[in-house]
Amino acid sequence: MIARLALFLCSLTLAAPAAAQLRIDITSGVAAPMPVAVPAFPTGAAVATPAGTTAELGRQVAAIIGNNLSGTGLFKPIDPAAFPAPGMAEVDAPQFAAFRTAAAQALVTGFVTANANGTLTIGCQLYDVFSEERLVAQGFTVTPAGWRRAAHKCSDLVYSRLTGESGYFDSRIVYVAESGPRTKRVKRLAVMDQDGANHRFLTSGQSLVLMPRFSPVNETLSYMSFAQDRPRVWIYNMGTGQQQAVGEFDSMSFAGRFSPDGRTLVFSVTRAGNADIYAYDIASRATRRLTNGNSIDTSPSYSPDGRRIVFESDRGGSQQLYVMNADGSGAQRISFGDGRAGSPVWSPRGDLIAFTRMQGGKFRISVIRPDGSGERLLTDSWQDESPSWAPNGRVILFSRTERNGRSSLRSIDLTGRNDRRIPTPLEASDPAWGPLLK
Amino acid sequence: MTRNILPLIVVAGAVALAGCKSNRDVLPPEAWQPAPAQPQGPAAIDQAGTVPPPEQVGSTALPGSQAALIEAAGSDTVLFAFDSYGLDERARQILGGQAEWLLRNANVRVTIEGHTDERGTREYNLALGERRANAAKNFLAAQGVGADRLSIISYGKERPAVDGANEEAWAQNRRAVTVVVSGGR
Repeated sequence: MIARLALFLCSLTLAAPAAAQLRIDITSGVAAPMPVAVPAFPTGAAVATPAGTTAELGRQVAAIIGNNLSGTGLFKPIDPAAFPAPGMAEVDAPQFAAFRTAAAQALVTGFVTANANGTLTIGCQLYDVFSEERLVAQGFTVTPAGWRRAAHKCSDLVYSRLTGESGYFDSRIVYVAESGPRTKRVKRLAVMDQDGANHRFLTSGQSLVLMPRFSPVNETLSYMSFAQDRPRVWIYNMGTGQQQAVGEFDSMSFAGRFSPDGRTLVFSVTRAGNADIYAYDIASRATRRLTNGNSIDTSPSYSPDGRRIVFESDRGGSQQLYVMNADGSGAQRISFGDGRAGSPVWSPRGDLIAFTRMQGGKFRISVIRPDGSGERLLTDSWQDESPSWAPNGRVILFSRTERNGRSSLRSIDLTGRNDRRIPTPLEASDPAWGPLLK
Repeated sequence: MTRNILPLIVVAGAVALAGCKSNRDVLPPEAWQPAPAQPQGPAAIDQAGTVPPPEQVGSTALPGSQAALIEAAGSDTVLFAFDSYGLDERARQILGGQAEWLLRNANVRVTIEGHTDERGTREYNLALGERRANAAKNFLAAQGVGADRLSIISYGKERPAVDGANEEAWAQNRRAVTVVVSGGR
């Protein structure tokens, strides 16, 4: 189970936030990634911990940070052989000349020390190599089992300081792991850190499971299961292991998604061949019907303020996106143009809606403003679908099915750059990015 | 209101699968759909407890079985056009045969499975599969088959009949399959 991690801010020494120029403008798309040095984090004296020695952890922390930053496409970690590994004394007083020689613009350094009570303190500092200015410094005290999270927190700190956006590395992904022939596919829920670490399966594969989603506020998932031949939406608490069927319907319920406050689940229920959207109050278990009619209304997703819902409907003849008020009133179509549009999901920043655009025989990930303007296609492949936003609304996770039927998870930057594969042990689909961990 | 705790979750590393055995296996319908030539249940027992080898019963569909439905109606499957749940003439002909057979086999209950090709999003296809199953169900009900004998389930694009990313495969995957679930022997 997810160990409750002791993760504290043990020091907060924000140094000279003033006029540092070192900054990445991520809104326009970055042509050349910023060279950054992430040497192994030194340790005073190598101490054995349940997670390995502090010296080994220092190397791994640096490697995780380098991997996180590299994965954004915005940074290019420099080969650590190009500069000397700093000792403890150089964490606060780096040898900038050496990093300048290695052509680094930014330096991420820090330390790993073992504390008497069995915890670890992992320090994290970011320097501007040219101005020799310390841009940010923070320490994280964690249990040995939580050391990776400290590396992700440090990555978030660096990313945030250099881009001006909040980070997304200390977060998890839930998705559907796939195996077996396409005609008899076995699907299992799986959860992992955003970098693929700490992977584990949540279901046995006995029942077909689809469309897992994280609650934005706690250790809860919703997903659809065909268990007992009753396809319907479930809520599953990863902390307690408890499950609860959502509502009492004779027919299929599917496409569940939480409200931003985590108190409501919206989903679709079919009846006599049509599908309508319902809202379910998780505490009181009361359901409310939001749409009506003979059309397929599905894939509801709340705006971050909880006041509106984007969904897809074929009420106009083909599958298109609509935005309505959270009470179901005032639906307005927002997608136009060639082809069909489905699986919309509202950005946590509120500014955009990501969705699957189907045209010309292809499925592509696209974004559009909530008023229907500014549609922009981000990917171009055979079958890209099921978009999900990173917690900071800058990166979109999605699943790609190749023409040979193989499926995998991928992410792409909002600028349309950095289309990269997210490693999974099996084939994968239906990804959902969870919130930043607390 | 249910508060079932389905024991389907593998808790941490501890593989708590013991409880799973009690659950109905919901692997693909293909896994439990009776194979036409396989003898089933008491009817397969010839006399004095002897069981004929499968080849010998291959040509004889057991009354009320999936094979009998297929033999009587020509097929257990009707196909649909892209993004459509309309029944064409061939589909109506097959369903008409299924309805006649169901009226003759009054104790048979069926589940109609709706399926789609892969050319749609997961959510939409679940709904489209439901429409197809429902269209077939309505047709059978209109021929006089009691609605209480007809249930539907949609698998969307999750259970293609044929693996392939071409029109030929998609055409076979856009389907509604009538599956005998009880009453057959």
